[in-house]
Amino acid sequence: MRHRRNLLAVVAENATVITLAVCFIAPFVFIVLTSAMSAQQAGTSFSWPTEWHWENYRAVFDKLPMLKYFGNSFVYASLATLFMLVSSVPAAYALARIRFRGANVMFLGVIAMMLLPPQVTSVPLYVMWTHAGLTGSLWPLILPNLLGDAFSIFLLRQFFLTIPAEYTEAARLDGCGEVRTLWRVILPMAKPGVAATSIFLFFASWNDYYGPLLYTSENEGAWPVSYALAQFRGARSVDWNLTMAATVVAMVPVVLIFFLAQRTFVQGITLTGVKG
Amino acid sequence: MTVHRAPAGPARPTVRPSPATSVAGESRRPPSAMRRRRALVAFGLLGPSLLGMIVFFVYPLVMTVYYSFTTFDLSNSPRWNDFANWRFIVESDPLIGTATRNTLWFIVIMVPVRILGAMAVAWVLSRVKRGSGLLRTVYYLPALIPPVASTIAYVFLLNPQNGPLNVLLKRLGIHGPGWFTDPSWSRPSLTFLSLWVLGDVMIILLASLLDVPTEQYEAAQLDGANGWQRFWYVTLPHMTPILMFSLVTGVIGALKYFTEPAVASATAQGKSAVGAGTSTLLGWPDNSTLTYGQLLYAKAFGANLFGYGSALAVLLFIVTAALLVVVLRRFKAFTPEVAR
Repeated sequence: MRHRRNLLAVVAENATVITLAVCFIAPFVFIVLTSAMSAQQAGTSFSWPTEWHWENYRAVFDKLPMLKYFGNSFVYASLATLFMLVSSVPAAYALARIRFRGANVMFLGVIAMMLLPPQVTSVPLYVMWTHAGLTGSLWPLILPNLLGDAFSIFLLRQFFLTIPAEYTEAARLDGCGEVRTLWRVILPMAKPGVAATSIFLFFASWNDYYGPLLYTSENEGAWPVSYALAQFRGARSVDWNLTMAATVVAMVPVVLIFFLAQRTFVQGITLTGVKG
Repeated sequence: MTVHRAPAGPARPTVRPSPATSVAGESRRPPSAMRRRRALVAFGLLGPSLLGMIVFFVYPLVMTVYYSFTTFDLSNSPRWNDFANWRFIVESDPLIGTATRNTLWFIVIMVPVRILGAMAVAWVLSRVKRGSGLLRTVYYLPALIPPVASTIAYVFLLNPQNGPLNVLLKRLGIHGPGWFTDPSWSRPSLTFLSLWVLGDVMIILLASLLDVPTEQYEAAQLDGANGWQRFWYVTLPHMTPILMFSLVTGVIGALKYFTEPAVASATAQGKSAVGAGTSTLLGWPDNSTLTYGQLLYAKAFGANLFGYGSALAVLLFIVTAALLVVVLRRFKAFTPEVAR
């Protein structure tokens, strides 16, 4: 009896797991199938592609300057990440490992900045960047990272705190200055954390829509891919098949990076969570 | 039957700066050259970020408050307007009520639904014995792709005439709704989309779920607790802080909710959610997806009412600040720990 109940439970559990997996994967399957349909079929009731039109992917690149958009996204995401590392790693280290007056206020500031909806400060920032003559480009989204990114500082600090204090203390006893301690002792041990934080910011920049909408909407030459994707359906009355092909194209880079760096990534997400 | 409420969960965070590091403690101790040097180094390391905080956070906040009392567009400098913005908010803006109600809808319905969904998926994952790594990837993947992409994909999947879902429903003899094109279904459709991309919350909950000490489950089982009771008395207390955290960040997410409704409403109309005209496409159909964050954007950047947009921003800030206070009081990771 007991055995049979266990068997039933196992079957039920597996069924749930598989159903869930299907639910999460099915949209991808539908997207990819549609991306390979003829325009005519994509416009009628959904069914299995009668013929395969993989050349749709070519058409996406022909219709719109996708390579330009990809280039913009790449510049945005990688410069933002690079700048963030330069500014935020030292800041996170200071907050995690050095005792000084004002540290608490500073840290609360980081949290507040990280959680604040971007709309709250959009108007003055837009005015500021207009005066600087940088609207119409992605610089208003890239440059601030030189002066620290709140979420990255928070995340890096979380990682640094997991490194036992003895290492820092030993380094100090050996006469290492703070900068050397950070460079020689902490950074080598915090590599996964630094990597995860970088991937997070890279993805956040790559996926950003609100920022490019604010600053680049008037200048098509500056559009990043995730933003440009939003014009596909409307612009030049493109059909669903091409829209879906463009959607796949926009997804591919993040998915690739994710598979390459999956472990680092998942570890990183876990640390954004908080143990109370 | 009694169930051990074993020393459930981690102790309440009581991380207060110890006397040695509090301000009072600081002044009691003789200032040493060493400590002064350390503070100098700290500020050196923090310098750029401190500047960033002033330029990109404090200064804009102050300016937003100032602009909120002015008539302002980019071509003319701000002029004091006798609280006209504030009066318009209180007395006559026809959209602010709609936008606030929609945002509240997302807070009250979408945020909890999403957390419950994420909890359920995490629970399933935590019980899987083989292939959990692969499954975790599968469940997480949608959360990763650009929101613009997932939103466009969903508008297609749920498009009323030919979309795969309604075709499927038709085969089952169900007449599918208009989804994103129907004012009463557009918000549920967005909620549906938010469930597809629940991976970010799910991973955090899963980590906490796997973190429950097995001894506690064993003790509960010895006491005869069934599965549900074990969940209720062992798992849930352990996870309360993380669930609260998800709730608060979820609410803040709903307050700034922008990309998905904006892209969904434009795409469902067959228009572009890019370029200067974007703000005129927001909220479709029938303002049913107009959120507070979108209204703010439309007023400030669509209608060039920078002053009025700033007044809306001040209100948004007040609500967020109240939430921030809750976060900072309640959560350990957000409590400044003593640096080591």
